[in-house]
Amino acid sequence: MFMPGANPAMLRDAGLYGADSLMFDLEDAVSITEKDTARALVHFALKTFDYGDTETIVRINDLNTVGKLDIDAVVRAGVDVVRLPKTETAQDVIDADEVITEVEKACGREVGSTGIFAAIESAEGVLNALSIATASPRVRGIALGAEDYVTNLKTQRAYGDNMQLYFAREMILHAARTAGVAAVDTVYSDVDNMDGFRAEVEHIKTLGFDGKSVINPRQIPVVNDVYAPTEKEIQKAKEIVWAAREAEEKGLGVISVRGKMVDKPVIARAERTIMLAKVSGLIGEEDL
Amino acid sequence: MGRTGGRAPGIGVILSMELKQQAVAGTAESSDIMVTIDPVGGDAVEISLDSSVEKAFGDRIREVIAETLKNLGVTGVKVTAVDKGALDCTVQARTIAAVYRAAGTAGEFDWKEIDAWNA
Repeated sequence: MFMPGANPAMLRDAGLYGADSLMFDLEDAVSITEKDTARALVHFALKTFDYGDTETIVRINDLNTVGKLDIDAVVRAGVDVVRLPKTETAQDVIDADEVITEVEKACGREVGSTGIFAAIESAEGVLNALSIATASPRVRGIALGAEDYVTNLKTQRAYGDNMQLYFAREMILHAARTAGVAAVDTVYSDVDNMDGFRAEVEHIKTLGFDGKSVINPRQIPVVNDVYAPTEKEIQKAKEIVWAAREAEEKGLGVISVRGKMVDKPVIARAERTIMLAKVSGLIGEEDL
Repeated sequence: MGRTGGRAPGIGVILSMELKQQAVAGTAESSDIMVTIDPVGGDAVEISLDSSVEKAFGDRIREVIAETLKNLGVTGVKVTAVDKGALDCTVQARTIAAVYRAAGTAGEFDWKEIDAWNA
């Protein structure tokens, strides 16, 4: 969930809504005159509040403006991931990696322990998605930032049109899967259109995205609901995982469940369903 | 950088920030505090607080502001703070940001030192 880094109440309450990741924004959500004060607030928030297992991310400003000061503030405060805005080339990732490494060394943090999340927000970034995703071992994921992307394409968001962002989404997905990192979809800015939001989440889940960025706590239950597997899917996944476990113990290769052949990709999908059911709180270890 | 003194970093340094101008940090929003720093010269530190939670936390907020100014090595200052229920970490963040602005070094925080106070 995105939230402005300049708001003390939001920083305090951020952990209450059930988001998987919290993204404190020092970039576009903070006015140019408040970059310094937001940087201090976010530093203290990261040092003070217990966000539990929720991943903390800070979107920094461009390294050519105050991005280096942002990195210094948040890496020292223990942030999990630094989100780079408007990533165009692999060099952007490498440059940020170097600054992060410098700060990690200076503050005694394990080198490499801070992740990078690269936001791709332009035609050039989309075409370079794979080299961006593989530019550093720190890269945990890549995401589409659609508002800037469509502006760069000289158009605007057309909500409900699944073709408009299709190319960018597929490029980002293929790059993420090749690199073995997460693919996260763009925000849906029309917060009052919950039906449209649900339809978009269903669409990007079908494409294969790992999740969706949200800008309002109201959007979180919808994403969790769409991504949570159904009872039927969970049952089927359990049968596949059990059968695979049994086959492995007996040294069997291909197996069949409910008359259908089960091979490696089917097992991988079943394991992912089980993982989603677990994180959605639908099943526990005892169910397996 | 506007810092006029201090020992070598990392050994419990007390900074000394030279204030050059009036500066403000924070907002009048709920859970925030607006801190105004006025350099007045001399050695005194004067803190004037208007807080929505004065009865329960007024003394604590003044204590956090005073401690933060001491850690930054700031004297000869008048602080005017309008609080809307800010937590200690927000009071610290706003006070530090205001002092750095007043010193003409906005945003170039010395986190190594600042984190050492709270360690």
